[in-house]
Amino acid sequence: MSRIYFDHANATPLLPEAYQAMLPYLRENFGNPSSLHRFGHPARQAIETARQQIAGLINAPADAIIFTASASESNNLALKGLALAYRGKGNHIIVSAIEHISILEQTKTLKRLGFDFTIIGVDRYGRVDPQTLIKAVRPDTIIVSIMHANYEIGTIQPLKEIAVICRENGVLLHSDGTAAIGRIPVDIQELGVDAYTFPATSLYGPKGAAILYLRPGIRLNPLIEGGFQERGRRAGTENVAAIAGMGKAAEICQQQLPVWNQHLNRLTRQLYDELPRRIERVIFTGHPTERLPGVVSLCIEFVEGEALLLSLDDEGIATASGSACSARTLKASHVLLAIGIDQAIAQSSLLLTLGKDNTDAEINFLLDRLPPIVQRLRSISPLYARFLKGENPYQFPAGQNHRHGEEN
Amino acid sequence: MYSEKVMEHFRNPRNVGEIENPDGVGEVGNPVCGDMMTFYIKVENGIITDVKFKTFGCGAAIAVSSMVSEMAKGKTIEEALKITNDQVAQELGGLPPNKMHCSNLGADALHAAIQDYLRRQQNKTSGCNCPYCDQPLSDDQTICQPCSAQITRCPECHQPLPRNASVCPNCGKKIKPK
Repeated sequence: MSRIYFDHANATPLLPEAYQAMLPYLRENFGNPSSLHRFGHPARQAIETARQQIAGLINAPADAIIFTASASESNNLALKGLALAYRGKGNHIIVSAIEHISILEQTKTLKRLGFDFTIIGVDRYGRVDPQTLIKAVRPDTIIVSIMHANYEIGTIQPLKEIAVICRENGVLLHSDGTAAIGRIPVDIQELGVDAYTFPATSLYGPKGAAILYLRPGIRLNPLIEGGFQERGRRAGTENVAAIAGMGKAAEICQQQLPVWNQHLNRLTRQLYDELPRRIERVIFTGHPTERLPGVVSLCIEFVEGEALLLSLDDEGIATASGSACSARTLKASHVLLAIGIDQAIAQSSLLLTLGKDNTDAEINFLLDRLPPIVQRLRSISPLYARFLKGENPYQFPAGQNHRHGEEN
Repeated sequence: MYSEKVMEHFRNPRNVGEIENPDGVGEVGNPVCGDMMTFYIKVENGIITDVKFKTFGCGAAIAVSSMVSEMAKGKTIEEALKITNDQVAQELGGLPPNKMHCSNLGADALHAAIQDYLRRQQNKTSGCNCPYCDQPLSDDQTICQPCSAQITRCPECHQPLPRNASVCPNCGKKIKPK
């Protein structure tokens, strides 16, 4: 069975060039980059080369790049690191409701440390309204964290406008670029952000490396203290091979992005055009135009997302879902709920994130296999039976056995 | 993450569908929490002769429904009421811990259908008798077979009304004289 991968938001295949770039640092060049002897030099060199390559991709000065181990770590370093460094100035932080959990979960700890949060909502397409942000900013606001684009619905934020608002109010702006990088061009100078996060995996690089861009002159409280790695902003011996791989991936991305972007746009368009023709009651989520290429987010009514995902996996097609059942936390995606998708419909979520290597044949295979799967699951579904009878599929007598509700 | 048996039942669920004129229907769950099951049963002489279900839910929910339907078929009402959610999970070779609560509703749905059956039985025998000859009436009878009386019913509670009643003796609704 051929296997088709439509889950690039969760992991990407490694570029062969990045793989080659990693090998010397897994074998002969094992030295510690902080060592002054000849074993350390190549490792140090690899890290500084990667820093240049990544800086080149986003049009930033090389010394503004801080290496970390994951986008989650970068998000933590940005929010906690800036909050602790600037707490003398204020204690109010603004984040959007559709941030990644590695931003949203931090609000708990930071609140315990005395910080105050405003979580601003988004419109039904998942966009932050700049007016909402202006209203949320207070004299004691120190940080705004709004992602560049959303990994689950593909919506791109008006980041330049947001940056202007932040600058005018003397507030630092961090943006999580995990979904955006590798899909659309990112120019840090043009965006005007103060801090920016992304992992190597978004560039078809290895797991275990990510960066935080921090505009020169901005203070940061390190989260991992110890040695003077990353100029004291992130202690710990560097993951040299992963960083070298990330650097190479950034270089390739800089050359190839226009090609990837165009390819992904074309494949995405096919899915948007064809899926509603082949399956009734499909709801696309996210912004219709201000969106990432290659992110296709939809709800297929009356079937549950995990059941869809398992059935597609049986056909060799890897996908994701924002339904409660497919999440280990058993909660429906906070992103889908934030854009106003009904809880019951959010259970029918299917998320396809395409990559540069996906082909027309793979898209056609999906378009061929998905409708019978939906048909089979609908034939089992009591919601679909209600729909066919002309009843409201989502209306239930109050108090009908609702286990989650009882437990809460 | 699922056992092979769960996946097998998910791929080929047994007894999917609805029963026309079922003797009992039970529905548990709600699409808001992600899983919803509707069970239909047919009962003859206290034995469940047919079970059908429809389920909206994840792989576990569909497999659980299928397993329960197999376990219940041919059992007496009493035996079927003893089937527990845990037994169903065991028969499936176990379920992931986080699925034990939310998707493992199959026995509950079956029991709801049995309760519905028992309720209907009670209505048939004691709740609904001919007001003239006192013989039991079924829900949809318009003429009492033993005494051939025409049966009028309360528009509110649907109980048979005595002749010329101005108030329903069951629910107290005022009845307009014909």
